[in-house]
Amino acid sequence: MAGLNKSDFANPVINWIDTRLPIFTMMQKEYGVFPTPKNFNYLWNFGALAMVNLLIMIVTGIFLAMNYQPNTELAFGSVQHIMRDVNYGWLIRYVHQNGASMFFIVTYIHIFRGLYYGSYKAPRELLWMLGVVILLLMMATAFMGYVLPWGQMSYWGATVITNLFSAFPVVGPKIVTLLWGGFSVDNPTLNRFFALHYLLPFVLVGVIFLHVAALHITGSNNPLGIDVKSPQDTLPFHPYYTVKDSVGVCAFLAIFAVFVFFFPNVLGDPNNFIPANPLQTPADIVPEWYFLPYYAILRSVPDKLLGVCMMFGSLLMLFVLPWLDTSRVRSARFRPVFRWLIWVWVAAVIALGVCGAHKPIGIWVILSRVCTIYYYLHFLVILPILGKLERPLPLPESISQPVLGGRGGGPLPGGAAAKPMEKA
Amino acid sequence: MRPLRSLLAGVFAPALLVPVLLAMSFLATPAVAQEEGPLPHEYWSFENLFGTFDLAAAQRGFQVYANVCSNCHSMQYLHYRDLVGIGLTEDQIKGIAAGITVPSGLDDQGNPKDGPATPASQFKSPFPNEAAARAANNGAAPPDLSLIVNAREGGPNYVYGILTGFAQAPAGFKVGEGLYYNKMFPGHQIHMPQPLQDGTVTYTDGTNSDLDQEAHDVVTFLSWAANPELVERKQIGVRVVLFLVFMTGITYAVKRKLWSDVHH
Repeated sequence: MAGLNKSDFANPVINWIDTRLPIFTMMQKEYGVFPTPKNFNYLWNFGALAMVNLLIMIVTGIFLAMNYQPNTELAFGSVQHIMRDVNYGWLIRYVHQNGASMFFIVTYIHIFRGLYYGSYKAPRELLWMLGVVILLLMMATAFMGYVLPWGQMSYWGATVITNLFSAFPVVGPKIVTLLWGGFSVDNPTLNRFFALHYLLPFVLVGVIFLHVAALHITGSNNPLGIDVKSPQDTLPFHPYYTVKDSVGVCAFLAIFAVFVFFFPNVLGDPNNFIPANPLQTPADIVPEWYFLPYYAILRSVPDKLLGVCMMFGSLLMLFVLPWLDTSRVRSARFRPVFRWLIWVWVAAVIALGVCGAHKPIGIWVILSRVCTIYYYLHFLVILPILGKLERPLPLPESISQPVLGGRGGGPLPGGAAAKPMEKA
Repeated sequence: MRPLRSLLAGVFAPALLVPVLLAMSFLATPAVAQEEGPLPHEYWSFENLFGTFDLAAAQRGFQVYANVCSNCHSMQYLHYRDLVGIGLTEDQIKGIAAGITVPSGLDDQGNPKDGPATPASQFKSPFPNEAAARAANNGAAPPDLSLIVNAREGGPNYVYGILTGFAQAPAGFKVGEGLYYNKMFPGHQIHMPQPLQDGTVTYTDGTNSDLDQEAHDVVTFLSWAANPELVERKQIGVRVVLFLVFMTGITYAVKRKLWSDVHH
C-alpha cells in the first residue's frame, strides 16, 4: 500500500513529516482519540506505571553501566565507587536497585488486575500470553541484575538458581556449564550476565511494543468485563486517561521516592554488603522478595527435578490460562464464587512468599505444600469446573447503562442524565 | 469518588482473607540463626526520617577506629578525603594522612616504594592481603569495616551489641581455643578478643571514655562510613516526596475537573 499519507495537521513541518511518515497520525489515533472504555478504575493505571518504571530502569541502568566493572575482582568495589565517588551515584544506584522491586510490585498488581477482571479471555488471549513472556523476561533480567554487585547473596543466589537447570536429565549439566561459561559461577558468568542484563531490557521493549499493539487491536477490557457497545461507552484516551494515568504516576513516584530516599536497603539482604566469597556459604540463601513464592514452590517438593518443573510450571501454566478458565464472564464482579476464590489464590501466593523467606522446616514445609497444591488446584481444577457450575450475576447491557440508566431502570438518553451535574 | 468507592468495596472486601492468612503465618516464630543475644535498642542520631550524624560522636568514633580497630580491620572503600563528611577540615585531613605510610607506586628502579598518604589515598589496610590477615589472627580474617553496619542484620544495634557483649561464659559453656565469649555473636564464640573497655582511648575532646561511650561513638562513625550519603539523601528525599505529593494533589484536582462532566 504505497502512497503518501493525507495528513490533517496544520503545522507545515509536522504536516510535511506526517505526509511521508505518518507517525503523528498514528500517535493521534492510538493515544489521542483512541476510544477507551470510560469506566476504568485506578487498577488500570498499572500498565502505564510499569512502562514508566521500565524507562527509569533503562536510563539509570545506562548510567550505572558507565561506572560498573563486570569483573569478579572489581565488581563489588566498582559499586562502592558508584555509591561514594560518582556524582549522585548513590541516587542512580538506589533508584535502580529499588526500581527492580517497584517494577515487580507494579507488574504483579497489573497481572492481578488481569486475573480479577478476566482480561485474559477471548479475544485478548494473545495479549495475555505476550504479557507472560514479558514477566518471564523481567524475571530473567532481574535475576541477572542481582548477580552484578557480586555480593555474597549475588554469588550464592546465582549458584543455587543456575544449578536448578542441572536437574533436567541429559542436557541439564550442559545447560549449567553454558550458563556459567565454565565449571563454577565465576568471571565468565559475571561477564555474560552483565551482557545479557544489558540486552534483555531492550528485548523487553520489543515485546512490550507487541503487547501494546495487540491491546490496541482488541481494545482494553474494563471493570465490568463487557464489550464496548457504542461510542457512548468510551472516552478519547487523551486527555481523560492521560490525566488519570498522570495521577497514578505521581502517586507511584512518591511511594518509589520514599523507598529510595528513606529506606533504600529495606528490601535488600545485608549479606549482599559482603563481597562474594566462594569458600563461605551464608547461613541462609534467600532470593529477592519477588521470587519468594516460586522459591517456596521449588522447596515444597522433595524431588529436585519435580520441584524445578513445578516452579517453572507455576508460571508456564499462565500461557494456557485463557483456555483453563471456562467461564465466559470476564469480570469477577459478576462471578459470586470466583470473586472469593481469586482472593484465596492471592492469599496462597502471599503465604508462599512468607514460606519462601523461612527455612523449610516444621510448619513452613506443610504450609508451602498446602499452598503449592492450592495454587495448582486453582488453575487446573477450580477454574475449568467453576466456569461450568457457577451462576454468574446478570451482566449490564452496556458500560453506560449501569450509570445512566440507574439500577434496574431502562437506559436513558445520555444527555438527560448529564444535565444535573452542570449546575453543580 | 464513585470509582474509588466501588474499587474499595468491590475488590478489597474479600481481601480480608489476606491479612488473616498473613497473621496466621507470622504467628510461628521465624527460624533465624542459632541462639543470639537479644538485639539492643540504642538511640542513634541518624535514625528516623530527619536524623543526621552526630559529628562530634563520629569524630570520636574515628579516633577509636584509628587507635584500636584499624590495628586489625581495614576500611578499604574509604579515602582520607571522605573524612570531610564527619566534619574534619582539609588541613586536619592532610595532617592525618601525612602521618600514615602507604605503598606509593614504584621508584625509579621499578621497585615498590612507600610514602606518606595524601587525602586521595585509600584508608591504609593493616594487612597486605587476606591470607596475611588470616595468618596473623588465628585463622579468622577480620572483616573489612567499610560496610559492616549495612552487612549485619540489626545494623548499628548489632555492632554495638558485639562491642559491649563480651562477658564471662556462663557455667558449663565451653569456649573453644582462641575464641572469646560474646552474648551478641551467633553461637556466642567469636575470634575477636574484647577490643574496647572503659578508658581504652583517651578522647582529645575530653569526653569521658567508658565502654558504652566508645562503642556508641565508633558505631556512629561506622554507620557514617557505610552510608556517607545518608544526610544528603534524606534532605533531598524530604523535598522530592513533598513535591511529588503536591503534584499528585494538583494532578488529581485537574483530573476531577476534567472528568466532572463524564458519567461513569
